[in-house]
Amino acid sequence: MAEVRLQNVSKSFGSQVAMDGVTMTVPDGSFVVLLGPTGAGKTTTLRVISGLDKPDEGQILIDGQDVVGQMPAQRNVAMVFQQYSLYPHLSVRDNLAFPLRSPILRTPADEITRKVGEVAGILQISHKLDNKATELSGGEMQRVAIGRALVRSPQVYLMDEPLSSLDAKLRSDLRIELKRIQSSLGATMLYVTHDQIEAMTMATHVGVLDKGKLVQFGPPREIYENPVSIYAASRLGSPKMNILPADTFPGAPDRAASIGLRPEHIRLGSGVETEVVRVEHLGDQTRLHLKINGAKLMTLTDPHTALKKGDTIAISPLDPLYFDTNGDRLK
Amino acid sequence: MAQIIIQNLRKDFGEFTAVKSSSFTVEDGEFFMLLGPSGCGKTTTLRMIAGLELPTAGEIFIDGEEVSQKRAAERDIAFVFQMFALYPHMNVRKNISYPLKSQGMPKAQIKAKVAMVSEILGIENILNKPVSGLSGGDRQRVALGRAIVREPKAFLMDEPLGALDAEFREHMALELRALHDQMGATTVYVTHDQLEAMQMGDKIVVMNHGSVEQFGGPREIYDWPATMFVADFIGSPSMNFLRFNGTVTKGDTSILLNNYLFDIPAQRQNASGDLVLGVRPEHCSLNDNSGFRGDIIATEYLGTTQIVTLDTPSGILKARVLATQTAKVGETVGLDFNPRTVTLFDGSTGKALLSEANKGVLGNG
Repeated sequence: MAEVRLQNVSKSFGSQVAMDGVTMTVPDGSFVVLLGPTGAGKTTTLRVISGLDKPDEGQILIDGQDVVGQMPAQRNVAMVFQQYSLYPHLSVRDNLAFPLRSPILRTPADEITRKVGEVAGILQISHKLDNKATELSGGEMQRVAIGRALVRSPQVYLMDEPLSSLDAKLRSDLRIELKRIQSSLGATMLYVTHDQIEAMTMATHVGVLDKGKLVQFGPPREIYENPVSIYAASRLGSPKMNILPADTFPGAPDRAASIGLRPEHIRLGSGVETEVVRVEHLGDQTRLHLKINGAKLMTLTDPHTALKKGDTIAISPLDPLYFDTNGDRLK
Repeated sequence: MAQIIIQNLRKDFGEFTAVKSSSFTVEDGEFFMLLGPSGCGKTTTLRMIAGLELPTAGEIFIDGEEVSQKRAAERDIAFVFQMFALYPHMNVRKNISYPLKSQGMPKAQIKAKVAMVSEILGIENILNKPVSGLSGGDRQRVALGRAIVREPKAFLMDEPLGALDAEFREHMALELRALHDQMGATTVYVTHDQLEAMQMGDKIVVMNHGSVEQFGGPREIYDWPATMFVADFIGSPSMNFLRFNGTVTKGDTSILLNNYLFDIPAQRQNASGDLVLGVRPEHCSLNDNSGFRGDIIATEYLGTTQIVTLDTPSGILKARVLATQTAKVGETVGLDFNPRTVTLFDGSTGKALLSEANKGVLGNG
């Protein structure tokens, strides 16, 4: 396994800037999740590392070696796409074995059998090994696609929303599995997702991309608790951070334009009066939708709260974050 | 607006029974969820209410009138599909006014209605735009507008948010619910997304294999599931099931499981053999003084809380605890359950056993 370093990497498609001077180090053995909305540059970052796209500028080092001039096959990376691409005429077993049968690798037959069996077990598809790829459900096909990356031992795994087509239950099982596999192999993983739960639960580091720029990089907890901007703060946390005008509560610093409050960082019972708009009982949590000076706000409360629509309740902030007019954090 | 009563509704497609025998009541003005996995019969049930399928047996009352054999057009309901279909060659205004125009409503009245509906939906500024260039959310609003403008007795919606991405779905769910609060229209809504059902619904019917598993308020169903299917389907992560072989007697307030005594709500019936103790992840806590122990095999940080996965003598178990609590993979810790929240199930039938705690919800069958 290896460290991946990007130095000042830029990539445009016509007038569309996909990556704008990205500098980032993916430490050896880390699980880095890239977050950002569509068009932020997440997938392009994976594609320039894998060699499917060539950067306009900058260096890409895998294990200290500049790979920009190398073909994808020379780079020893494994990529899993959102849209699984399997060989339809081959069985699951042969699809999984295919990367190992590459003439460059010369893997012995018994080693192939062992690896395929092991990976099939991890991904819970052992009973489907003799099926044709076309005889699988969507979720199973995606697991085979992930399996095909896992049978190899590349220097780095690149995954582009590999779980987004799976149902909720399988996704939560595979989250734990992927994390377990990654840490037991000590694999370096770069992973793209829209799903903030995947980012929170699997990542050792999260990279937040905004219009091709890397705006924050650090452990998920740091980005959750200590975001550099409203944009970064909005990437993590469900329900999302509340953003309110800074003068909603007394005590805001001079340059503050808005105040950011995580739903759990609101104290009920004293402070500014609000109106209860809706109470949502979600079982494990109860969400309170409030209106304060015309602005909307959501907080969490006791599951058996007596509050109901139309009630008033006073609230005050706990650990507020302040942002300036550009949405940048004031420290 | 209207009350909808479903009685012993059944639908066979040849050999296959899509809906076995459903009975439930949608009260006037309720936001009502039909929830279940694919193939459970929820969409077929909705289509029978709409009149798009005729039931094999059973009755459907809309506003007191039995309509099960009536044509869709005679029922005065509006259907919103998963793939909202708009007329691509018409602008937004024409799309919304179309149902009224085809009813032969005078122009001035149509104009007033469209104005009112577009104000409710906040789409006044796009009325003259073609629908082809609209964002997904605006298209959804236009489709809703077309349903609302007729002022039908009820709205039927088949996964109207299913095609949207997660972030936008959350936003539209809130918007739909706010719209409902404003209009108070009886709405029957089909979804396979349990969070959506919990979030938006006044009442939920949980279906599985063509049968109604449970019917009630979101909180009742979440706290006191009638079956293991419901317990597992609702909640994320779902309820933990600890299987054991044992006996419970009426009046018992504790149970022996793997040589460890757990407190439980006072039981109201006898059972023995294959039993299951069900406890939600948020009702499990890590407590070093507890004799029931497990090895931590994974932790998932979620901001406010974390999910700790443990390997226990009774199988894998998930606990939702505060993110500030230390839990390290590899550690062995003690586990406690909040005894007031525990449900026992009969492992062979999957049905919940009655206790003092759940009798209010399940007592009437």
